[in-house]
Amino acid sequence: MATIDFAEVPPLLAARGLAYARNEEAIFGPLDFSLAAGEVVLIEGDNGSGKTTLLKVLSGLIEPTAGEVLLHGVPLTLAKLSHQVALLGHLPGMKLELTVFQNLSFAIGLGGIRAGITPHSALASVGLAGYEDQPLRLLSAGQKKRAALARLLLVPAALWLLDEPYANLDREGIELVNRLLALHASRGGAALITSHGAYAYTSGTPRRIALAGSSPSKRQENFVGQSVANRDAGLTQRVAPPRLTDERLPPNAGSLGA
Amino acid sequence: MTPGTTMAACAALLKRDFALTWRRRGDAMNPLLFAVMVVALFPFALGPDAQMLERISAGTVFVAVLLAELLSLDGLFRSDLEDGSLEQLVLSPHPLSLLLACKVIAHWVTTALPLIVAAPLLAMLLHLPDGVLPVLLVALALATPLLSLIGAICVALTVALRRSGMLLTLLVLPLIVPVLIFGAGACNAAQVGLPYSAPLLWLAAWLALAIVLAPLAAAAALKISLT
Repeated sequence: MATIDFAEVPPLLAARGLAYARNEEAIFGPLDFSLAAGEVVLIEGDNGSGKTTLLKVLSGLIEPTAGEVLLHGVPLTLAKLSHQVALLGHLPGMKLELTVFQNLSFAIGLGGIRAGITPHSALASVGLAGYEDQPLRLLSAGQKKRAALARLLLVPAALWLLDEPYANLDREGIELVNRLLALHASRGGAALITSHGAYAYTSGTPRRIALAGSSPSKRQENFVGQSVANRDAGLTQRVAPPRLTDERLPPNAGSLGA
Repeated sequence: MTPGTTMAACAALLKRDFALTWRRRGDAMNPLLFAVMVVALFPFALGPDAQMLERISAGTVFVAVLLAELLSLDGLFRSDLEDGSLEQLVLSPHPLSLLLACKVIAHWVTTALPLIVAAPLLAMLLHLPDGVLPVLLVALALATPLLSLIGAICVALTVALRRSGMLLTLLVLPLIVPVLIFGAGACNAAQVGLPYSAPLLWLAAWLALAIVLAPLAAAAALKISLT
């Protein structure tokens, strides 16, 4: 990295031949894709197609069976993760007994805080102003999700890995997630979000990665977007390689597909 | 962007765990009540013969305190696993071993410290001679953190299993038997007027070793059980 050629700046996140198998049974992969700063990529797939597992592998929680994950061009290990990845899983990662503010303070203590933001302003921007001293237990499922989103806003992670961020959210909440994602992308962050397809990321046109379900007969319908469906005919892999649905991609996103 | 310091992370974790214990203070009292009950039941079972109670007092208090602490060990990482906090700890930029050490400290302060504070009362119930009480307290102060640290490794190994309570007990019991032998042995030696510093020093040496090595082992074990 001594001479930085702009075209050769490594992408924020890159996966090379990434695959994961549990007890010899392939969960996903092999996958090749890269994610540049300012990009939001949607991972689509049916229930059980390995979306959550993929996010866990990308976060470094689980070691892949094959392939590697590069973060800023450096192979990812838990030891080297530092504060670059924020994972929002199915579980809130927060304590129900503690107040919203206590939970956020703990998240800041653990992960640091982004410049120019406070827990109060983060809560206000997810629509939870005034809930600071409410125990998390008393919040609804959607409000818990919003509190977890406030945590994402606070911690200084460049890469967001969001597992089903739209679940439990009302229409306004879905818009909120989209706004936050757009904001994060505009600040040079990147995000990978999973969805089983019921809700779509609407602002802008995100790239999509399709994960095939476990049954081969389902494979065809798992491919995302009609624009690519006709290109899938020759595919023999059990799991679809990631595909782009949009031609208006940033130039450095072209490394998709091995 | 300001990534937090490791000190701040440890402080935040300690603060959170103490706040949590305060919220669950009813549950947190359980080990203490268990120890008091066990010790209080002995005279009912064996009869009020002061001389016999005096002979068994140090050992009984020791066993009651260690078992009470063992009872609470299973929950050390359980709630963090269930609500996803454990993943956040593992993904944090700070050394997992240090964070786990903080959790062990919080567990020891909230569980074992009340037991040690209550130990003079328990000893009084069983007619422990006054001269032996300081030895008992020192032995407990060395043995309980040792149990917390050894226990943390075993809990980290078993936390992902659904019914880990039984397995945990089986894993921990053989490991704390030497702790019990040396701790109660020091008290018994003091009671009959023999020198008692050697077993206490052994406990202290093990504790020093465990403070350094157990958090590392627990962190490695936890990473294994999360995958």
